[in-house]
Amino acid sequence: MVAESSTSTISVTLRVWRQDGPDKPGRFVVYKATDLSPNMSLLEMLDVVNNELESKGQDPIAFAHDCREGICGTCSMVIDGKPHGPHKGVATCQTYMRSFADGAVITLEPFRAKPFPVIKDLITDRSAFDKIQQAGGFISVRTGAAPDANSIPVPKDAADLAMDAAACIGCGACVAACKNASAMLFVSAKVGQYSLLPQGQPERDRRVLAMVASMDDLGFGNCTNQYECSAACPKLISHDFIARMNRDYLAASFRQALSPKSAAASGGA
Amino acid sequence: MAKLESKIPSGPLADKWRKHKAEIKLVNPANKRKYEIIVVGAGLAGASAAATLSELGYKVKCFVFHDSPRRAHSIAAQGGINAAKNYQNDGDSVFRLFYDTIKGGDYRSREANVHRLAEVSVNIIDQCAAQGVPFAREYGGLLANRSFGGAQVSRTFYARGQTGQQLLLGAYSALMKMAGQGAVEIFPNEEMSDLVIVDGQAKGIITRNLNTGEVRRWSADAVVLATGGYGNVFNLSTYARGSNATAIWRAYRRGACFANPCYTQIHPTCIPVSGDYQSKLTLMSESLRNDGRIWVPKKKEDCKKDPAQIAEEDRDYYLERIYPSFGNLAPRDVSSRAAKRMCDEGRGVGETGLGVYLDFADAISRFGEAGVRERYGNLFDIYHEITNENAYKTPMRIFPAVHYTMGGLWVDYNLMSNVPGLFVLGEANFSDHGANRLGASALMQGLGDGYFVIPYTIGDYLASQKPGSRPKTDRPEFSQAEDNVRGISKRLLAIDGKEPVAHFHKRLGKILWDGCGMARTKASLEKALQEIPALREEFWKNLKVPGSADNLNQALERANRVADFLELGELLCLDALEREESCGGHFREEHQYPDGECKRDDENFAHVAAWEFQGEGKKPLRNTEPLNYETVKMSVRSYK
Ligand SMILES: Cc1cc2nc3c(=O)[nH]c(=O)nc-3n(C[C@H](O)[C@H](O)[C@H](O)COP(=O)(O)OP(=O)(O)OC[C@H]3O[C@@H](n4cnc5c(N)ncnc54)[C@H](O)[C@@H]3O)c2cc1C
Ligand code: FES
Repeated sequence: MVAESSTSTISVTLRVWRQDGPDKPGRFVVYKATDLSPNMSLLEMLDVVNNELESKGQDPIAFAHDCREGICGTCSMVIDGKPHGPHKGVATCQTYMRSFADGAVITLEPFRAKPFPVIKDLITDRSAFDKIQQAGGFISVRTGAAPDANSIPVPKDAADLAMDAAACIGCGACVAACKNASAMLFVSAKVGQYSLLPQGQPERDRRVLAMVASMDDLGFGNCTNQYECSAACPKLISHDFIARMNRDYLAASFRQALSPKSAAASGGA
Repeated sequence: MAKLESKIPSGPLADKWRKHKAEIKLVNPANKRKYEIIVVGAGLAGASAAATLSELGYKVKCFVFHDSPRRAHSIAAQGGINAAKNYQNDGDSVFRLFYDTIKGGDYRSREANVHRLAEVSVNIIDQCAAQGVPFAREYGGLLANRSFGGAQVSRTFYARGQTGQQLLLGAYSALMKMAGQGAVEIFPNEEMSDLVIVDGQAKGIITRNLNTGEVRRWSADAVVLATGGYGNVFNLSTYARGSNATAIWRAYRRGACFANPCYTQIHPTCIPVSGDYQSKLTLMSESLRNDGRIWVPKKKEDCKKDPAQIAEEDRDYYLERIYPSFGNLAPRDVSSRAAKRMCDEGRGVGETGLGVYLDFADAISRFGEAGVRERYGNLFDIYHEITNENAYKTPMRIFPAVHYTMGGLWVDYNLMSNVPGLFVLGEANFSDHGANRLGASALMQGLGDGYFVIPYTIGDYLASQKPGSRPKTDRPEFSQAEDNVRGISKRLLAIDGKEPVAHFHKRLGKILWDGCGMARTKASLEKALQEIPALREEFWKNLKVPGSADNLNQALERANRVADFLELGELLCLDALEREESCGGHFREEHQYPDGECKRDDENFAHVAAWEFQGEGKKPLRNTEPLNYETVKMSVRSYK
């Protein structure tokens, strides 16, 4: 197989959501992008458009990006109606111009979800995810207090499945894809990772209860099993983790209601 | 002249760290909460430091320019992290990891620091496993290992091709736990734009909020910079686009010495450049060299042929040929230069002739396509996305690219810079990798610094500071620094020229790659030293930054960073020019053995060069710290 020749170029029309600030009205603005190599990434195409805008003294299109290789979770765009664009299992930054036909009209919008307010143009505020993590997305182990790493064996299957969940890049596409703006896939990936590992057991109940409560408080919606989330996930995280979390949540709720508590136990966070 | 006191403890190498920990001053638990520490950065180094310092009871504020601490560039590390666990029973030990790292660094790092790094490496793996990092496991449930370049033991721990991500998310989870308890305050989208020095000590920073443009002052008892490497000075690199040098560069301008800026690592296995629009170069993890074989055609006329049509006897597996004992796992600098030599000879492949093959045919015949997919599937997928080629069927094309910076702010054994109260961790400091870093050692260093070194050593400084004595932010030093930050943005916006920031960044990158890249000469460096100031002048005359400083303005962000790169690039070349030897990633063509290997000059250059800012337009001062080797004998580095 040979890469498409870089000599034949394409041109596209962009419809881009422009919005000056969180409380400002937004609108679509049309731009032309011409003479593009099909091997260029969508973001590189936007760089080219922005360079032109900047040299003309016009405000460049604000968009979030950093690693440009699908791992940091910064990039976040709805491309032609789909979070992260037409291809399965890739992030916005891994979308290449060869995915679009010459003359195509491409619509670029920010992730749209109430818990992710727009900051500017295509950039949204996803800090709610950090807050959910703070509620319980961790195993409490003070630095220096850990036993030898091989003293707790972890079955390979469990480790592999935990890794599938841990692959989440925290981009928020699952929320943007869900008509209820549910964060269940994101939360269940973290909960699932830890509940599969022996190290995660002591805080298992507490974690799932706290993270779900935090998700609800932050205004994310309910899951109604449409699975748009896993379809949009750039890491193809399976919605099986949602089912797994629901079971964990139920069990934890029962145990919390029924289990005897030491009167001497301190609250603590 | 800066005072460079390395503070290396006396005594036998293996006892230094233990002895030092026993002897340095401590802050008593009740006093810890009276000290505030600013940590800039939440990559592996910053997140581990901020979490651990807050666990100890210090009040910590953590600043990142990213929208979340989880997005630091560490997230992109693929291959793995080294540790001297010797779980494979293949002869590894703390000493061997120490020795490999010293040798890998071409005898230009400090013995004591490197030994400490090897010592704490084992604790890092314990810590991360306990945090729930899903490391690769064997069927028995124990941790698995792979091999990395520059080592003959298998000591690299990994989580598929996403080791950096998993380690970072582990450190991030610890940080989130402490933030949830209110022990750390996190400030995302907050870029440090200046360092504040009061009475000769680092006592605060100035930040600009990238979403709102607001400029703010912060005071503290100590400032920790963990802001990553400066490889984006070359424009094209394997770094995330946002990685920048502003924090350390502006600290340099406030008096912190910049050590060995010319030590940059060019990684041998990256996807080659495809066009002028290119914004980054993607790494293909070094772990691929465990099973992939690197070759070029023996005959120039074969270079444009389909590789499948080139007979086995017409292929030159040059790493296996030249370095039989390390073969495809020769260290990065050595492998990169070998690739360059092949291309210089006209035997490079691909459209541009700047590429070599990384071939998995043998591995596929050994383990089958599925076996190779299990090990490296995600890397093959990345390769396919970018190049539209299927590497299971045809060899990958790779070429070296800028990947890591061994240089950074000078620090002593306590990781404190020459500015008291300013600590520097992770890739931002210069400390452990000498002139070349071995694969899987940056993650180790970042976490070692953050989890296991700074929590002890910062106490030694803080114990000398009266609790509650940190200055108020209404002091003149703060307003002067704030004015400086506002002034830079104002000047950038006022230029009103014609070219966008990217134009200058690209040109700077090209000057550096040509003049100070994989091979450097006196002439190429002198040329770059002419061109960079000229480009800088043009930048300050002809740059166009639209908009204002009072809101989100990505063009202004980039302009600020590129303005710093335009100064740093010059220092890089100056350092490379004055280091009249070849060592590790610094290859001066004038100084080589007949077979093209690095020729060090231990008599004149067995030292750290720590550059000190002398003011605008003045040549910086080159201070030196001698490197005294007490345990290892400096010798010619050979991987043959
Ligand atoms: C593609 C790739 C693969 C790699 N693979 C490996 C590997 O397999 N093994 C290995 O050992 N090493 C690897 N490395 C190297 C390693 O990833 C890095 O050296 C290491 O992660 C750096 O960590 P750090 O904590 O020092 O900095 P970073 O992770 O770069 O973090 C910097 C932090 O500082 C913040 N920051 C920076 N400037 C400012 C500012 N002015 N104001 C506020 N905040 C600021 C950022 O927001 C960020 O939080 C790889 C590197 C690359 C590029
Ligand atoms: S920019 Fe990092 S995932 Fe897209």
